[in-house]
Amino acid sequence: MTMLDTIFFYIFALLALSGAVLTVTRRSAVHSAIWLIVSLFGVAGLYLLQRAEFLFAVQIVLYIGGIMVLFLFVIMLVDLDRASRERQFNKAWWLALACVAGVGAEIAYFLTKGPGAFQFPPGAAAPAAGGNVERLADALFSEYLLPFEMASLLLLVAVVGSVILAKKRI
Amino acid sequence: MNFLELIWLIPLFPLFGALMMLLAGKRLDPQAASEVAVASDVEPVSAERGHGHGGAKFLISLFCPGMVLLSFLLSAAAVFQLSSLPEKTHQVIQFTWLAGQPFHMAGGGMATFAADWGFLLDPLSSVMILVVTGVGFLIHVYSIGYMAHDGGYYRFFGYLNLFVFFMLMLVLANNYALLFVGWEGVGLCSYLLIGFYFHKKSAADAGKKAFVMNRIGDAGFLLGILLMLATVGSVRFVDVNQALTSGRFHPEIAGFGVLSAMALLLFIGATGKSAQVPLYVWLPDAMEGPTPVSALIHAATMVTAGVYMVARSNALFALAPETSLIVAVVGAFTAILAASIALVQNDIKRVLAYSTISQLGFMFMAAGVGAYWVAIFHLFTHAFFKALLFLGSGSVIHAMSGEQDMRGMGGLKDKIPVTFRTMFIGSVAIAGIPGLAGFFSKDEILWQVFSSPLGSKSVYMVGIVTAAMTAFYMWRLMFMTFYGASRADARTQAHVHESPRTMTVPLMALAAGSALAGWIGVPKLWSVFPEGFRAFEHWLAPVFEAAAAHRTAHGAAPHDTSIEWLLMGLSVAVAVAGILAARYLYLIKPGLPDAIRKSSGPLYDTLLNKWYVDELYDFLFVNGLAKGGGTAMANFDSVVVDGGVDGAGWLTRFTSRVSIWWDTWIIDGGIRFASFLVKVSSYPVRILQTGYLQSYALVFVVGVAGFLLYFGMR
Amino acid sequence: MLHPITPAHYLILSAALLLIGTLGVLSRRNVIIILMSIELILNAVNINLVTFSRLFDQMNGQIFAIFVITVAVAEAAVGLGILIAMFRNKETVQADEIDLLKW
Repeated sequence: MTMLDTIFFYIFALLALSGAVLTVTRRSAVHSAIWLIVSLFGVAGLYLLQRAEFLFAVQIVLYIGGIMVLFLFVIMLVDLDRASRERQFNKAWWLALACVAGVGAEIAYFLTKGPGAFQFPPGAAAPAAGGNVERLADALFSEYLLPFEMASLLLLVAVVGSVILAKKRI
Repeated sequence: MNFLELIWLIPLFPLFGALMMLLAGKRLDPQAASEVAVASDVEPVSAERGHGHGGAKFLISLFCPGMVLLSFLLSAAAVFQLSSLPEKTHQVIQFTWLAGQPFHMAGGGMATFAADWGFLLDPLSSVMILVVTGVGFLIHVYSIGYMAHDGGYYRFFGYLNLFVFFMLMLVLANNYALLFVGWEGVGLCSYLLIGFYFHKKSAADAGKKAFVMNRIGDAGFLLGILLMLATVGSVRFVDVNQALTSGRFHPEIAGFGVLSAMALLLFIGATGKSAQVPLYVWLPDAMEGPTPVSALIHAATMVTAGVYMVARSNALFALAPETSLIVAVVGAFTAILAASIALVQNDIKRVLAYSTISQLGFMFMAAGVGAYWVAIFHLFTHAFFKALLFLGSGSVIHAMSGEQDMRGMGGLKDKIPVTFRTMFIGSVAIAGIPGLAGFFSKDEILWQVFSSPLGSKSVYMVGIVTAAMTAFYMWRLMFMTFYGASRADARTQAHVHESPRTMTVPLMALAAGSALAGWIGVPKLWSVFPEGFRAFEHWLAPVFEAAAAHRTAHGAAPHDTSIEWLLMGLSVAVAVAGILAARYLYLIKPGLPDAIRKSSGPLYDTLLNKWYVDELYDFLFVNGLAKGGGTAMANFDSVVVDGGVDGAGWLTRFTSRVSIWWDTWIIDGGIRFASFLVKVSSYPVRILQTGYLQSYALVFVVGVAGFLLYFGMR
Repeated sequence: MLHPITPAHYLILSAALLLIGTLGVLSRRNVIIILMSIELILNAVNINLVTFSRLFDQMNGQIFAIFVITVAVAEAAVGLGILIAMFRNKETVQADEIDLLKW
């Protein structure tokens, strides 16, 4: 079913890219947020195509359901009327464009002419034994247990930090 | 008892006496403080005080002369024992006084300097110690009477004993270094004794003058000793004589070499000590001291130290004919110069002083022509009659209540008969009348000067003329002092009295010596006398072997007896002529001298003023050095020293200006430049500090781009 | 045009997302948009990680991606907290008006 894969890839890629472009160019912050959600959906789809089912689910639940909702709440809290009427782009946006173009050119160079460009070994067409979640859980809780625990600590710190930062009076 | 081993004691007796005087004398002497110089330039012999001796003074009078007597007795005993030895020389070395490291001599070879505290008794030193202690003892006895009135009695005897000690060290030493110790020591005692009446400025000045002139000579002497050390390698007499006679050194006939220089330097030392030209001017001034001092030091002993030293170095002088000639010529010149001055002096002691200088000149004449034993013989006889004459003059001065000018004397021969008779004998002796001591020695000198291969006829001429002058001035003195009518004032005339026995007995003893001492040196010409009458020459022969050998090598003196008789007759004739001339001028026609004086004005004045030599020295050295030196120092100070200081100041100001410039422009400039650099370089950097979040992010991206570029390039 | 989809496609896509996100960070004035652009960048990285995880058939990439998401969550929360605090103080959400650190 490679034909389906190809079609779905292009659909999801289009979603991701167009969503990204529109995110960075909208005047209204809410619009940017909506378009970011679209882009994230596209990325989630790409995960699914790559047989990363767990990440697909986590992306949607966590990223879109958590972070983007948070963004929207903050957009609500912050008065953006005045901001949306002002100039949107930097004074030095051309410089940014030039730098990014340069970096892009270099990446392109690497991707096309760099050593061993796209000489990928014949990939494992068939996934190994066990489903994605099982395999993920195996690795996560055996080899990456410490980073896992540290990640939870990080989240705790982030929670405390964000609460304190956002309070009117500590 | 082996007295020869005890010769080291001989100098120690008088040293002990001097030490006793130093430690206890002040307490013993009731008149300890020197109450001197009441009258300005007259010896303080106060008639009012009388001739008494206190009890303590008696102790001193017994002790100090007694020490000298002990030395004399020990010397006599030692000499007696020496005469029985086959090899008439005996050394007693007590310890090594100075020791040095080995050093390289001038002509290669190694030597080690060592000076012993050692004593040598040989014929020459035996003659000297007998003269020093014998005549010294007599003069000590004389001083008991002479110095009875003066304060500082203990001091006088202490100094006198100290002098005898140093003189004995000088003549008994077995090496030049210890001799030099004695040499310096007698110079010191001479200074102390000349300036005995230290309250008198003239006496103090005379003492200084004597010491300074001595020192000039001593510089030469010391150089001579050092040169000897470098050339021969030792200062011990036996070693030096051995080296010089060994044939290692050749006589310097051709010219002036190291040996001649050495001998000349030693002779310069002798010049200073024995008052020869040019260093003689201190001796007349030394008459400021008490008369016994003049007798002992400046007639009999100290001034003869130079002659002794030259005689001791005869081996050296034998190898240096040029220097020997210089010695003879200087001796002759001094003799006639001094005699000419003595002709017109009016102070009785001055006449005798110049006479001493003149007679010393005779001794050096003899030494210069190689007749060393004759020089010592004349030293021997001269000690007797010159001491006698000085002591006699002291007695005269004592009788005349301190008057020293002969123009104020006269007619004393009946009033002080003992003094007169003894001085008569002394004057006859010095004039050179046959039979008395002076004749034998002086005549022998004149003959040697004439006939020796090293002598010369012109020196002889000078000698004979001087002999004539000697007779003349001596008898001028006698006639002016003793004969004729008295020219003194009534009070002085009334007080004329003979001296006490302590003074007259030494006079008599010395007179006996003056008469008889010559009979041990009878000339060979008088063959009627057996060899026993020539004992002096034989006794001294071993010491002067080297010189004698040298003379015979030059060809023995032709003993033309007829010439010798002729010359002997000539010397007697001039002596008699001198006496008769003096008699004529001063006894028969007393007004004549004044007439001569007036007619020969400038010549007379020159002689009276001692040929203006003192004035010349004063101008050249004293004023020249003092004033010229002072001006030079003032100039040096203002130009060089102050200039230096100013220069240093200018330099400091200049360097400070440089420092200011450096500080302002370089140091501060550096700092300011650093700050300027920072300011200038901060402008572009400041642009980076926008405070904008996104510009920092841009920098991130640019960094990433650069990173990728780097990896792309690789 | 319809080549089989190789990992190369995914990498190019990921690069494109990255560049768009970077552009957004650098040139938008609104801080909220900047934060969103940062999320875009993180997602681009995640795609990359997952692609390689698929390629080598290892879970490392996906686990890394999980952690990236975790960190992104924390960072978004804290960042928004800062934004609110900043808005309270300066009444603005424009990046170039927050220049207190400017010399």
